[in-house]
Amino acid sequence: MRPSSALLVGFVKLMVGAYARWIGSQPSATQRIYFANHTSHIDTLAIWSALPRSLRSRTRPIAARDYWGKGLRKYIATRGFGAVLIDRAREQADVDPLQPLRAALAAGDSLIIFPEGTRGATSTPARFRSGLYRLAGEFPGVELIPVYLDNLHRSLPKGALLPVPMVCTVRFGAALQLASAEDKDAFLERMRTAVIALSDGRAGT
Amino acid sequence: MMEHLRSIPTEFFWLFGSLVLLLGLSSAVGAVLVRRPGDAKKAASRANLVERINAWWVMVGILAVAFLTGPTMTLVLFALASYFALREFITLTPSHSGDRLPLSLSFFLVLPAQYLLIGLGRYGLFVIFIPVFAFLLLPSIAALRSDIDDFLSRSAKQQWGLMVTVYALSHAPALLMLPIPGEPGRSALLLFYLLLVVQMSDVMQYVFGKLFGRTKIAPVVSPSKTVEGFVGGGLAATGIGAAMWWITPFTPLESAAISAVIVFMGFLGGLTLSAVKRSLGAKDWGVMIEGHGGMLDRTDSICFAAPMFFHIVRYFYT
Repeated sequence: MRPSSALLVGFVKLMVGAYARWIGSQPSATQRIYFANHTSHIDTLAIWSALPRSLRSRTRPIAARDYWGKGLRKYIATRGFGAVLIDRAREQADVDPLQPLRAALAAGDSLIIFPEGTRGATSTPARFRSGLYRLAGEFPGVELIPVYLDNLHRSLPKGALLPVPMVCTVRFGAALQLASAEDKDAFLERMRTAVIALSDGRAGT
Repeated sequence: MMEHLRSIPTEFFWLFGSLVLLLGLSSAVGAVLVRRPGDAKKAASRANLVERINAWWVMVGILAVAFLTGPTMTLVLFALASYFALREFITLTPSHSGDRLPLSLSFFLVLPAQYLLIGLGRYGLFVIFIPVFAFLLLPSIAALRSDIDDFLSRSAKQQWGLMVTVYALSHAPALLMLPIPGEPGRSALLLFYLLLVVQMSDVMQYVFGKLFGRTKIAPVVSPSKTVEGFVGGGLAATGIGAAMWWITPFTPLESAAISAVIVFMGFLGGLTLSAVKRSLGAKDWGVMIEGHGGMLDRTDSICFAAPMFFHIVRYFYT
């Protein structure tokens, strides 16, 4: 592991703990897409830090280019945790924003994505966007792992500058797949429900 | 560094050696026990025992490093313990957005300042910093945000967290700043004495409770605490404490009395923080140390015993 990565993981553990709870799946080098609820800038780092060290180098979080694409943040994102930068704002209208994700999957890497697309105010995820559906269809061999992040919206919510240290858990659920002939809305709602189910009824607070 | 090593009293090495020997013996017994046949319940209870012993090894290792490398390292380690304990407490405490600034300040300003004051030997400011300054100013910051929902209960809970996890716990390493008559390094032995009696009391109460426990003291608050466990374990720990009089400025009789106070306060700490924890709706404070629940589950008795012990020593022996 690079020193910058070790420093980053240490910082995240000190701030929010990021304790992994494997419910229904086990850590494995199988190619996977981890998808989670999104409430805080630490989310990406929390999931990445919760993974065993051996899996981190092949697991790449997706980060928005408009936030992570410049200066120190860019250094942290690309050097620290090997992020795939995604053009959320669609600056170039003719390029499919999913393209860098396909490239990473085709190269055999696992991904961490937030299908809501943006951070919400509560831990209950909003409607999922269609990217997850398209990737699931194009890469049927990749396991889909729902992830629920607890408490991070209290540690560093939208608009906050300083984090409040909190003990946060990262709950990994059982692997899912796109069913044959499943339609987009039904699939996305099923994925969203899988994330909420991991909350133990604690979502929304 | 070398100078610091020379200032460590030789008793310390004897004590540490014996502790390592004792733990080694416990680990050996544990290793034999897990291999013995038995039903699932017995196996789980033995696995729990081994986990507890392993966590003890970790704690003894950390303490050894702290003592051998000097007071600064000891302060840093206790500051980290306070940090993790406060983090557990705040996680379980409901907070509003108006509490964010006072909370961040508690972690990143008040906590380091409290330990810095110990490092600088500023006793006068150390004893009033949190009860006076933090007590008055932190809720004022929250009040400026004019969010009055549950204001008193929110501020009170945060104040409680700060008092227990930072103020009370910091009295343990604060022993290092007491001018104990005799050669230097004597005060470090007092810290060792405090930790040993508190931990022995916890372990002995656990063992006596498992062996003879029948009458529960407060079944709702702490189902594992029994009269038999408390009396048997408490007496055993008091005996161990009394036998350690030679590393302290106390006579054997005084040492027994002071150990009894430590045991009693430790017991109250466990009980009271268990009540706090349950009123916040949790069973364990966190997932910090394997087999020991959270940081606060391990330090609850020290939090209550340390300030009492500190002031007894300061009043009567300096």
